[in-house]
Amino acid sequence: MALSKKDIDYIAHLARLDISSDEAPLYTEKLTRILEFIDELGKVDTNDLLPMAQSLDISQRLRADEANVSEDRDLYQKNADVISQGLYLVPRVIE
Amino acid sequence: MTPLRLTIAEMSNLLAAGEISSTELVKDCLSRISEKDDSLNSFITVLNESALIAAKSADKLRKLDKAGPLTGIPMAHKDIFCAKGTITSCASKMLANFESPYDATVVERLSNAGMISVGKTNMDEFAMGSSSETSFYGPVTNPWNKSLSPGGSSGGSAAAVAAGLVPMATGTDTGGSIRQPAALCGITGFKPSYGRISRYGIVAFASSLDQAGVLALSAEDVALVMQEIAGFDPRDSTSADKPVPNYRASLDQSVKGRRIGVPKEYFNEGLDSDYADVIRTSLDVFSQMGAEICEVSLPNLSFAVPTYYVVCPAEASSNLSRYDGVRFGYRAENPIDLEDLYKRTRSEGFGDEVKRRIMTGTYVLSAGYYDAYYLKAQKVRQLIAEDLRRCFEQVDVLIGPTTPTTAFAIGEKIDDPVKMYLNDIYTVSANLAGLPAISIPCGIVNGLPTGLHLIGPQFEEARVLNFAHCFQTETNWHKFLPGSERN
Amino acid sequence: MAWETVIGLEIHAQLSTRSKIFSGAETAYGAEPNTQACLVTLGYPGVLPVLNREAVVMAVRFGLAVGASVAKRSVFARKNYFYPDLPKGYQISQFELPIVKGGQITLQSESGQEKNIRMTRAHLEEDAGKSLHEDFEGMTGVDLNRAGTPLLEIVSEPDLSSAKEAVAYMRTVHQLVRYLDICDGNMQEGSFRCDANISVRPIGQKELGTRTELKNLNSFRFVEKAINFEVDRQIDLLESGEKIMQETRLYDSDADETRPMRSKEEANDYRYFPDPDLLPLLLDKEFIDSVRSQMPELPNQKLDRFAIEYQLTREEIEVLTATKDTADFFESVAKITKDYKLTSNWIIGDLSAALNRDNLDIRDTRVTADSLAGLLKRIVDQTISGKIAKDVFQTMWDSGDEADIIIESKGLKQITDSNELETLVDNIIADNPDQVEEFLAGKEKLLGYFVGQIMQASQGKANPAQVNKLLRNKLKS
Repeated sequence: MALSKKDIDYIAHLARLDISSDEAPLYTEKLTRILEFIDELGKVDTNDLLPMAQSLDISQRLRADEANVSEDRDLYQKNADVISQGLYLVPRVIE
Repeated sequence: MTPLRLTIAEMSNLLAAGEISSTELVKDCLSRISEKDDSLNSFITVLNESALIAAKSADKLRKLDKAGPLTGIPMAHKDIFCAKGTITSCASKMLANFESPYDATVVERLSNAGMISVGKTNMDEFAMGSSSETSFYGPVTNPWNKSLSPGGSSGGSAAAVAAGLVPMATGTDTGGSIRQPAALCGITGFKPSYGRISRYGIVAFASSLDQAGVLALSAEDVALVMQEIAGFDPRDSTSADKPVPNYRASLDQSVKGRRIGVPKEYFNEGLDSDYADVIRTSLDVFSQMGAEICEVSLPNLSFAVPTYYVVCPAEASSNLSRYDGVRFGYRAENPIDLEDLYKRTRSEGFGDEVKRRIMTGTYVLSAGYYDAYYLKAQKVRQLIAEDLRRCFEQVDVLIGPTTPTTAFAIGEKIDDPVKMYLNDIYTVSANLAGLPAISIPCGIVNGLPTGLHLIGPQFEEARVLNFAHCFQTETNWHKFLPGSERN
Repeated sequence: MAWETVIGLEIHAQLSTRSKIFSGAETAYGAEPNTQACLVTLGYPGVLPVLNREAVVMAVRFGLAVGASVAKRSVFARKNYFYPDLPKGYQISQFELPIVKGGQITLQSESGQEKNIRMTRAHLEEDAGKSLHEDFEGMTGVDLNRAGTPLLEIVSEPDLSSAKEAVAYMRTVHQLVRYLDICDGNMQEGSFRCDANISVRPIGQKELGTRTELKNLNSFRFVEKAINFEVDRQIDLLESGEKIMQETRLYDSDADETRPMRSKEEANDYRYFPDPDLLPLLLDKEFIDSVRSQMPELPNQKLDRFAIEYQLTREEIEVLTATKDTADFFESVAKITKDYKLTSNWIIGDLSAALNRDNLDIRDTRVTADSLAGLLKRIVDQTISGKIAKDVFQTMWDSGDEADIIIESKGLKQITDSNELETLVDNIIADNPDQVEEFLAGKEKLLGYFVGQIMQASQGKANPAQVNKLLRNKLKS
């Protein structure tokens, strides 16, 4: 199915991406092409099939409740650009 | 200088016999990298200093008689594996300055086994691609012909091994990212079953499909490395708690009387006819060893790639949401508000293919489309896995081509995503079903290598390596490499 | 027009595990910012979640307590949205297949009437971090210590019909999770909080009205006030012919009003899908049975048992069983004193007063169950009077000494020796001839006066019952 500019804008916003108006036609074209390709799946009869999210047929393993990781805030925060008093900073959020 | 392209097994013997030192091996690797990698662009980071220090320690260990079979042997990690204290960029601007504070399980285990990482290899950005062209650090070239792509996403690892820069490199394989570049570069590339090797410390692309593996010069070398990295890891919920067999020990088992399935759908119009001939010749090699060749069917093969291109972007779109400029990675400058921080960070930090996959994945999961795309794809995934299960009731392994064609030119497919995606036609099924699979060199078409693709049942890594090794004892294609054919 | 209120609550109970739901990071409250934020908490590239067994056990315990069905197969899903306190850009939660389905909570009104509130589900998920909006260089600060703390989200059907009932329901669940020892219930620290879905409709109408969601109510008082405000607001709007907007609102306790939440204005397209880093959680009968075999006594079971075993009034039992700690305290003391009424009176009376005064939980009481029992034993065996006991209790509270030591060192032992008491009585009679005469003339009330005088003379140590008897005998002889 063909995507509209509105579709592209909506998806881009959900994914927190900026798609400029220059880029938009190319994205629309390529994504439409990809969607046409995956639309092929519509041809498969999947009525009696269970969805398969994982190839492993085992249960989720459970971990003992132990606080056992070593923490190193200074090391971890070396990768953060803007920190203050141990906090990660972001532009002001109003709830 | 040591001979170009010693295998790990050969290096191990020379080291054990005291005929060579680890320092010599590592120095040779580093000088070959500095000499050849300008044109290959197979490395993002070269670890000159730490590799030489590690080599000296390895030589000391050997003197103390504390060396294992892999101690002191150089190798490289795909730049998707977190390695403590080094940049782990995933070939993205987003992580260009990201210094990992921890080691991936694979990195830790190989380091414990004494192997020495000489660097981090180039790849498609976040492993999204089949050509190693989407890297922030520029495309990798194919050592057979510099105008060609080495394949991807583990193209840097494949090119580095094929060019003799390192005897082995790690890779990850989500839809063929180890096997396809191995095929296009004429080396051996192995992806074990999903759950066999821990994913801990591997930057996630599509979590239900990603699996680490090995690119090397022979199935024997793969077995030696697999022995160290395979096995349960409590830090990964999807790591299988199953015993690891001795892979080396079962390599030489005879294939006589065993059954090889050849899916008839493999030989459709998409497959290059010369390539098809090479595959048929390779099957004859197995026949001559006494294996039985049987035709089988994978009726839903043509839906494997579309399925993959729903599941994979869906998971990727979510996995890549963590790159928001707050705790690590690229951060856009002077954001005016939170949304601006998110949007500009992600738009400036990610390349086009990554953004396209995030968009696709977001779309197929979004309200109103989930059932038609994501859920549908999960059901077709079940169907594809069932087809494969059925085949393995009749045969021991499935064999076919790894790719539809030999290496393609850089730039040839980059503008048509679907054309690029179809390169994965033979490889994605093994990821969707979580099966072990290997690509081994099996011939030359127009001066370029072809790959023979072997798939085994779940957790039968040993069987796949056994078949591959038998082929490599009967043929010399794995020794046929760019620059120095070792015939 | 007459309106009917329809309320459903989503309670978030932080599970009191030592480590986080998917990592080994600590969960203690109040640590320095981001010092309990390990690589998994931070959503670092490459790290993976592994599920905490204790969180699963706690969820199952809750499910069994409310008579719900515990799913043999439940699935963790990702809820995708961007927010600074959500490090991975998705929250790991359960969506289509939660661990607990159905069940019910029974509310008891003051008049003793019962009402069943149906539960929709309870599912496991991870908590988010905290955004601190105080000024940090003009920016918002993010502390991820809380991120990844296990939560049990307990969802009710829209069976609640007033703010009062919503509070009663919330209190019942609060009591239950504390009894089950799965949540500390500390509302100030946010360990127990709720969102309320509220709508109104004309009485008799079948369809539900448009609802609003009130987020993050973290005290019983706020729940009641916020719901009342919101109900009034909705009715006012509808009565003036306007429509209700389906939206998320916040309660501002300072202004006592609700207002729309600005940050959640966009459509909630969370793109839930099964988390591929986690496998389906399969619980076999053995696992569920082992949790069942270790179930603690539930509040209503305890209530019934207390009524039979201790024969106290309904009010007393309700107070004593309000928390498991109080009930345990009562039982430890009662086991020693064997006087249930006396024990109950002291716990509800002096002990509660002292705890309130010092703002202490019974777990942190300065007079332990054994010490209180030591004091009450001395009342039972008549070593001291109840009145003296109050003073001894106060000294115990302040000094931490045992009752016997205080009684001994202060010489508070009751005088029960009849010779000694006789002397006291004789002296008082001799000292008050006028009053004796009046008494004998029929002014019976004066008996109290004589007792008082004797108690004073003995510094309260005379046994009042014995004094009474002696006085009567002596005066009338």
